[in-house]
Amino acid sequence: MHLAYPAVLSALLFCTGLYGVLARRNAILVLMSVELMLNAVNLNLVAFDVWLSKAAEETLHSGQALTLFTITIAAAEIGIGLAIVLAVYRNRGTSDIDKLRDTAESHDTGGPDHDASTAPQAEKAEATA
Amino acid sequence: MSPTSAALTTAADTHGFLSPTGVEIAFLLVGLVTFGAALVTVTTRQLVHAALWLVATLGGLAVEYLLLTAEFIAWVQVLIYVGSVVVLLLFGLMLTKAPIGRSPDADSGNRWAALTVALAAAATLIWVVVDAFRTTWIDLDGPAAGSTRATGESLFQNWVLPFEGLSVLLLAALVGAIVLSRQAKATATEQPGAGAGTSTGRRTTPSAPSANTPSDRSTTAPAPSVREPSATDAPAPDAPAPDAPAPAPTEPGAPSEKEPR
Repeated sequence: MHLAYPAVLSALLFCTGLYGVLARRNAILVLMSVELMLNAVNLNLVAFDVWLSKAAEETLHSGQALTLFTITIAAAEIGIGLAIVLAVYRNRGTSDIDKLRDTAESHDTGGPDHDASTAPQAEKAEATA
Repeated sequence: MSPTSAALTTAADTHGFLSPTGVEIAFLLVGLVTFGAALVTVTTRQLVHAALWLVATLGGLAVEYLLLTAEFIAWVQVLIYVGSVVVLLLFGLMLTKAPIGRSPDADSGNRWAALTVALAAAATLIWVVVDAFRTTWIDLDGPAAGSTRATGESLFQNWVLPFEGLSVLLLAALVGAIVLSRQAKATATEQPGAGAGTSTGRRTTPSAPSANTPSDRSTTAPAPSVREPSATDAPAPDAPAPDAPAPAPTEPGAPSEKEPR
């Protein structure tokens, strides 16, 4: 098999995942796109491992071992990521990553009225306590 | 992929580029299906359909692994990705109350910038990859390079220490996921200001939205801020620092609320 077939497919899948990460708004869809990118890397690793095991007599099978590691790390990543997304959703009522701008430095969207709206609520919280 | 004639002549003695083998045709067809499913995954406006098209993509990749004679990786892919990761994603979509049907705001406003970046990256990557490997061929004959025996031998002879480290990482991820979910849940249930000094020290940021909701409906709502999305933008991350320890010592019903936890 021509090595360019899996390599090109892997590049296309990676760029599809890149587009999804940049263009999606829902945090879970961003996680799906990250999975696409990781799978593209996996395909590259497997293809080059199969090529090297025959062409260079490489018996270490490092590509397949790394693929297994990547799959496991991706599973761990999706678990932690979903836990974070659910915690954010529980606290904020949204999983839209465009609305989670608390650490942004922009002055036009968040800025003054943001602080103005939090100040009375902080006072109210102290008053109810 | 368009190799020049020079590449064709150097490689034409053993392999013909214009006469693909059956494996190559199968790889190409499955690859087209996989790529199309990936495109639908990142462009569809129905969130659940995105997860289901992701199944098609990951399954297609498993078939590609089989065509590359990496059978163990293929079955691991089917078991872990199609079996558990997609189910986790569907549960996440369900728990965040993702809208069934079309959601018009699935794509962000910087879609065209993202498309430009992705197309530029794709063009660069494909050009580099095709230019580098246009005379390289994978030999798929002989014993399978990725059979379960070969993978297991290499994994448990040469990769034992990273393998054990990976299990520690999985344990850490398990504990981390439990801690992340438990902390938010404990904050939501003990929200009327219950807690001794240890628990108030632990709840830092998640106590901000629960601190500015009235305490009379705190016993019925496990997640108070979910029910009022208008107040979701209000709490700043710097808010809990002054008022997080404030409700703790002055709440009279604190010990009785703390008991069932």
